[in-house]
Amino acid sequence: MTLKDQACIVGVGESAYTRGSQKTVLRLVLEASRHAIRDAGLTVQDIDGFVLSSSYIYQEALAANLGVSDLRYSTTVQMGGASPVTALQSAAMAVTLGIAHNVLVPFGWNGYSEARISRRERPDAPSRPDNALSQALRNYYAPYGALAPVQHYAWLATRHRELHGTTDEDMGEVALTSRFHAQHNPRAYMYGRTLTMEQYLQSPMIASPFRVLDCCLETDGACAVVVTSAERALDLQHDPVYIMGIAEGHPYPADDIPNRPDFFKIGLSFAAPHAFEMAGVMPQDMDFAQIYDCFTYVVMLQLEALGFCGAGESREFVKGGTLRIDGDLPCNTHGGLHSEAHVWGLNHVVEATRQLRHEAGLQVEDCELGLVTGWGDFGDGSLVILRR
Amino acid sequence: MQAYDKPLPRGEDFNGDFYQFCKQHELRFQRCRDCGTWRHMPRESCQACGSFNWAWERAAGKGQVFSWTVIHRALHPGFAVELPYAAVVVELEEGVRMISHVLDLPADQLRVGLPVEVVFDDVTPEITLPKFRPSRIRQSSP
Ligand SMILES: [Zn+2]
Repeated sequence: MTLKDQACIVGVGESAYTRGSQKTVLRLVLEASRHAIRDAGLTVQDIDGFVLSSSYIYQEALAANLGVSDLRYSTTVQMGGASPVTALQSAAMAVTLGIAHNVLVPFGWNGYSEARISRRERPDAPSRPDNALSQALRNYYAPYGALAPVQHYAWLATRHRELHGTTDEDMGEVALTSRFHAQHNPRAYMYGRTLTMEQYLQSPMIASPFRVLDCCLETDGACAVVVTSAERALDLQHDPVYIMGIAEGHPYPADDIPNRPDFFKIGLSFAAPHAFEMAGVMPQDMDFAQIYDCFTYVVMLQLEALGFCGAGESREFVKGGTLRIDGDLPCNTHGGLHSEAHVWGLNHVVEATRQLRHEAGLQVEDCELGLVTGWGDFGDGSLVILRR
Repeated sequence: MQAYDKPLPRGEDFNGDFYQFCKQHELRFQRCRDCGTWRHMPRESCQACGSFNWAWERAAGKGQVFSWTVIHRALHPGFAVELPYAAVVVELEEGVRMISHVLDLPADQLRVGLPVEVVFDDVTPEITLPKFRPSRIRQSSP
């Protein structure tokens, strides 16, 4: 038995995406959750499971504020930005096995007003608890001024460029695509702000090869989705979106970037074959891809890990508008973390669901199949393959 | 003299041992006593054979540049005066890799495979950071 087609996404919702929400994270998550539950045609009393990502909120407070009085299943995924897609896996398992009936998968944060990544290591920043990555970070990276993801992932990008000839313009192609798509999404932070290659190339360098415009947004906001069994999904408000294949993956070792035997073997390299095998489809079958775009090059690396092109070939793959709405593989059709909002990629899941319901703002015509990736921490990965 | 204001290794447990050797200007990594595999970061057991037996063995201190990033915006104010600076991945001859700085080399001259050798930077009385510089040209012995 596998999880193929056993569970469906039946409700999606989000809070406003802002810079300065003036609201608690819990409040943002509650707003998104209520929208998602209503979108599913369910009531709060129908929700009996939570799968949370990271620890910005706790299940006790979520249940008490939402009014979930009979919580049968709750767990939390700790894979950084890869968590929300992995959370769908736990939710699918729970509803497939009957441990819970309708599982809420929320995520929210004040990623601009409270938890700015770009200010994370300043001395006046609130100190963070130790986590699995602290040993490497505190003892072996930070003393050399490598403190944040933009610097850590740059090691991957630099070596890729040295070995494969990837250029600024190749990475710019990813940034321009997200920005182009965001022009059709009024919810996107970059709505109404177009971007040219010249502007991209002139944006200031942060950690080579990454410029400001290689980096995603910092956002206050929340999303939520509701997962239920395929059987129950048929009776609900929208056409169900089926989880065809799903997997998580971890680079080895996951807690130290430099000492990986294959530097470019990321979590998604492990997850992708499992998810495609479960779904019984090929990368070439995808009508779109929502790819976790914390940094432009990270999208390219994931295209290779997914098997859309070979190692080192993403620079050719992204050329000529492949990733645009009318290209062979429309990518981040809502604008992604780059141009819509940074909600740890749960907004990618929301967008994929709307695409497969054929109700997206910028619709991929007649789409039947699509995928969403997650990426987090030092390269943890996750992949869900969805169909209508 | 201005106080050193950059982040320092916390140096707990095995990490403290690693930096104690650095303070003595010795670059040592854990090496499995049973199968001979070197490892870094320090860990409880050998990923190759599972053995708990290991020793801190001294590395030759020679390696090559594996990758890098040139940082143009300091995310910690202590590094603001260094901008731009490169955080470099160095691969040691023993096979382990570590993050470091390469001294005496402009960032635009970094290349994959560039030979480097360790130097020790006593940044505070307590803490010494291993750093690297381009390998000196080896003189052939007469
Ligand atoms: Zn061993």
